[in-house]
Amino acid sequence: MSASWLLIVLIAISVAGYFLGRSRVMASVQGNSRQLHSLPNYYGLNVVMTTLVPALVLLIAWVLIQPMVAQNHAASMIPDDTYADQGALNLLMSDVRRIADGLDLAVKSGNMTVEQAKDIQTGTTDIRSRLGEVGVALGSDVDPAVLTAAQAYRGVTNTGRWLMTVAVLALAAAGFAWSYLRTSKDLRARNLVEHGVLALLVGAASIAILTTLGIVLSLIFNTIEFFKLYPALDFFTSLTWSPSFGGGSQLGILPLLWGTLYISLIALLVAVPIGLFAAIYLSEYASSKVRSIVKPLLEVLAGIPTIVYGLFALLTVGPLLVEIFGAGGFLGLGWMKGGTAVMTAGIVMGVMLIPFVSSLSDDIINAVPQSMRDGSYGLGATQSETIRQVILPAALPGIVGAILLAASRAIGETMIVVLGAGAAAKLSLNPFEAMTTVTAKIVSQLTGDADFASPEALVAFALGMTLFVITLGLNVFALYIVRKYREQYE
Amino acid sequence: MTDATSGSGGASSLFTVDALTRKRNAAETRFRAYGIIAITVSLLFLVILLGTIIRNGMPAFQQSFITLPVHLDAAKLDKNGNRNPDDLKKVTTFGYGPLIDRALEVHVAELGIETPFTKAKELNPLLSASAAAIVRDQVLASPDLIGKTVEFRILASSRVDGYLKGRVTRDSVARDKSINAEHLDLADALRKEGVLTKGFNWDFITGADASESRPEQAGIGVSMLGSFFMMLVVLIFSLPIGVAASIYLEEFAAKNRFNDLIEVNISNLAAVPSIVFGILGLAVFIQFAHLPQSAPLVGGLVLTLMTLPTIIISTRASLKSVPPSIRDAALGVGASKMQSVFHHVLPLAMPGILTGTIIGLAQALGETAPLLLIGMVGYIASNYPNGIAEGFLNPNSAMPAQIYEWAKRADPAYYERAWGGIIILLLFLMTMNIIAIILRRKFERRW
Amino acid sequence: MKDMLIEERTAMEDVKISAKDVNVWYGDTHAIKDVSVEIKDKTVTAFIGPSGCGKSTFLRCINRMNDTIDICRVEGLITLDGQDIYDPKVDPVQLRAKVGMVFQKPNPFPKSIYDNVAYGPRIHGLARNKAELDEIVENSLRRAALWNEAKDRLQSPGTGLSGGQQQRLCIARAIATEPEVLLMDEPCSALDPIATAQVEELIDELRTSYSVIIVTHSMQQAARVSQRTAFFHLGSLVEYGETDRIFTNPVDPRTEAYITGRIG
Repeated sequence: MSASWLLIVLIAISVAGYFLGRSRVMASVQGNSRQLHSLPNYYGLNVVMTTLVPALVLLIAWVLIQPMVAQNHAASMIPDDTYADQGALNLLMSDVRRIADGLDLAVKSGNMTVEQAKDIQTGTTDIRSRLGEVGVALGSDVDPAVLTAAQAYRGVTNTGRWLMTVAVLALAAAGFAWSYLRTSKDLRARNLVEHGVLALLVGAASIAILTTLGIVLSLIFNTIEFFKLYPALDFFTSLTWSPSFGGGSQLGILPLLWGTLYISLIALLVAVPIGLFAAIYLSEYASSKVRSIVKPLLEVLAGIPTIVYGLFALLTVGPLLVEIFGAGGFLGLGWMKGGTAVMTAGIVMGVMLIPFVSSLSDDIINAVPQSMRDGSYGLGATQSETIRQVILPAALPGIVGAILLAASRAIGETMIVVLGAGAAAKLSLNPFEAMTTVTAKIVSQLTGDADFASPEALVAFALGMTLFVITLGLNVFALYIVRKYREQYE
Repeated sequence: MTDATSGSGGASSLFTVDALTRKRNAAETRFRAYGIIAITVSLLFLVILLGTIIRNGMPAFQQSFITLPVHLDAAKLDKNGNRNPDDLKKVTTFGYGPLIDRALEVHVAELGIETPFTKAKELNPLLSASAAAIVRDQVLASPDLIGKTVEFRILASSRVDGYLKGRVTRDSVARDKSINAEHLDLADALRKEGVLTKGFNWDFITGADASESRPEQAGIGVSMLGSFFMMLVVLIFSLPIGVAASIYLEEFAAKNRFNDLIEVNISNLAAVPSIVFGILGLAVFIQFAHLPQSAPLVGGLVLTLMTLPTIIISTRASLKSVPPSIRDAALGVGASKMQSVFHHVLPLAMPGILTGTIIGLAQALGETAPLLLIGMVGYIASNYPNGIAEGFLNPNSAMPAQIYEWAKRADPAYYERAWGGIIILLLFLMTMNIIAIILRRKFERRW
Repeated sequence: MKDMLIEERTAMEDVKISAKDVNVWYGDTHAIKDVSVEIKDKTVTAFIGPSGCGKSTFLRCINRMNDTIDICRVEGLITLDGQDIYDPKVDPVQLRAKVGMVFQKPNPFPKSIYDNVAYGPRIHGLARNKAELDEIVENSLRRAALWNEAKDRLQSPGTGLSGGQQQRLCIARAIATEPEVLLMDEPCSALDPIATAQVEELIDELRTSYSVIIVTHSMQQAARVSQRTAFFHLGSLVEYGETDRIFTNPVDPRTEAYITGRIG
């Protein structure tokens, strides 16, 4: 039975269990539900819970683990000398899976009998063309070892599926029997069900931890892989970034970090003054009517997806800047050679961050108590004096926190830099030059048909790790500052 | 006035503004002006951005067509003459191409337009490369057409289309190898005759992506479906998980290490760059769990993890806004804690939860970066999925990924598509946000 | 012309602030109804009355603090030294420099004690150099009876002081700008009895140089510190006169009812 069918059967058993459990308890009190400890539904739900949950957990675990077991088994069938390294083995294994799937398909479509699929030999049959008939295209002729492995893979998978069906159904039956037999009028069914629901809620909340764990583990493991192939010291200190998939790459992170920070700096130079002054105006000067119009409009800027900003940078801002700063341009400066540049990405990212800075600052400025303002006005200060000398100093920690959050956003931003900043890693001070960033290189190293075992692809995980650590540090620090700030006025 | 008036403190009249006050008021005006400038600049950016999108994107909804009577020559298309579908299929688009070129030549001659072209093949740059396929599909669908002269509405080539829309100019054509000025003359003449027309481009909204060389045929429909399936996954997973997690944290969680850890994780995940979620998806779902690459299921799972913090944060806010008196009232009549939450608090918080979920979905719909890493780019979404399972599991693109893909292609005709795609994407986002606002307005409750 | 001015001046010789038919609305709420009052110079005047009677609102009209509230509308005439303070030519900033204010809750700025006191003189340009500013700060702190406690910690934050000290700091801050009138909106309501006594003592001293108006909930306080008392009820000025007379021999039955604790 396949996993999806098994799931349907499980659900069917549970539904039956619900009614059986319910009717059993109702029968035990001759239909007088007032004698029950809990409402009748809870008895049904209790049966559902014990039937479905353990079986379902087993099913999911099995589905996840079985391919790994099958794969390891199949991999052990392939002689060590047929492949050079882990990467080559991975390629072979994907062939194995393809052939195994193809054989399954052939059996299913009646193109082969079960026995044929089991005993087929490379010597006697042209497997490539046989599988081609059922629509599975293979890149090359099939190596006998690979075929054996594929057959072993199929064997493990088929046995595994059998065992899975039996085990899951047995567990469901056991769960059903246990709770059904326990069902009596004194069973505290509601408490049991509520405990189960609570466990479910805890599980859902734990997904946040699992996600973080998943991020950290996938980054760490792949980063370790990378550092096995490429020295960590070079990664952190080399001034050149020139990956070549043929080997002999130089993968220094410094030029990428420089590009990231440079672009973020320009973005902040755009976003912080504009965002801050907009927030000050909106919270201190604007009438409620103006505020009710302008604030949502600013929020629109925040709601626009970053791909739109990226396109805007690439197709509008870049060419416009070239027209102004490029050779033969408006100013005749010749500073800018192409549309993609630090400036292009920085400005557009700045625009994107304006609403972020302004809404955070707005919150923070509003958290400054009115009594501060009154005190200052009462002394005859003008509004701007009050803002500059009382409100802003009071709000400073919060605003610093907001700027740090914006910086973390800027550092982690991807689409704008992928489209607007260029692809060349450079250590240069000229903001009109194309540079690239950590995020842009993560994308370029992991898209395309890269071999995941090569340092050129794995470096993306090390870059991701760096990015994660930097942004996490900034966020934790910024949130800490902001929280301290809020506590001060609460 | 003399100093006799100056009462105590020795100050002057209130009616005369002294120099210092004047200076201070000027500073006040300047400061206020900075604020107004900042807001004006931001709104200006917004206007420019939206203006650019609309100006560059609207042409994508218009497409140039050539209405052409094509004689479907039986000798070429059905050599056996038996209209056997299998035999008809053997004639590839290469068989149809010359037929259409020839039809155009004949039609041009019939209309009395003078051209410097001598061969039918030279007229080909006016027509889309998809023309042959369009005609062939129609013939295969109804073989009776063979032998007759049938009028087809054929896509004009992207250059001609661009010429009509003003994107391609005679200057740019001078540097273009695929088309020259004479073709544009002919296009002008055909337009005058009503053969070459511009019409609404439904295919852009419903169609599939096309290969690099035929931008006139590319549409966003298939990737729209990809996005749809992804959003379905996000909704199915993130709503129940998000609500369950929020209920736990808001209603049941005691203050202890474990729950603090969850809280810290959620607030940090909300600020993790989206590209990192892409790495997670690549490593966990594709490398580790061997889920199919480029599948909306995987994209949806990644976006679920990404949107969960947003949804949890907004759900908790709406749970928090239900006053404790409601909980006390339920507990007071003997409901269990669980019952008070599920029977009373949750229904009251539902509008807020839905609003938060819709906003989370909108955010996920526009997200691109993680999709790049799980292979939803570089893939030509040319086929509609057959059925729901394929919709989730077959490789597809998504709207923002499709836009990115178009933005990367060399032909400027694709930029127009990209902007057009953005209009559609923004329309979706706008609709979702408006629904969220309406929900909030309608069910807003003040306690 | 000149004669007339002189005449007018003598007539209101010791009248510092005069209000005539003042009405205040908050949106649709009529908060102050036809209040007319004349407040003498170098006197402590107490505004008393039950909560919500409009005494604080009226106080805030005198230095136009109500301007900062969008929905607030003031009608009628209020003059300071015979000059209409709501005249369009009047800059509220200049007005507030002359009419200082101390608030219900101590609200020191999140700055050092020194900077708190120096804030007003700085923005109004009262000191030509650092030495002068130091002098102003010291004098203000002395007059606010805070100098001895604060002189060694001038650079520490004002928020670090105790509640009573904070309120005296706010008073020092207010008098550092050399105002002519000092408005105090329930200055002791957030303080303990000892701090209250200190502040009350201070108010009595301030009378020598300023016209002080104090809003208070406490009738005992009004009796202790003020020379004249105004009783407000439901937005109207019910009775105004010498404090002793108001408390011993009220004319209006509502005043009597309030003083004897029957309304409040």
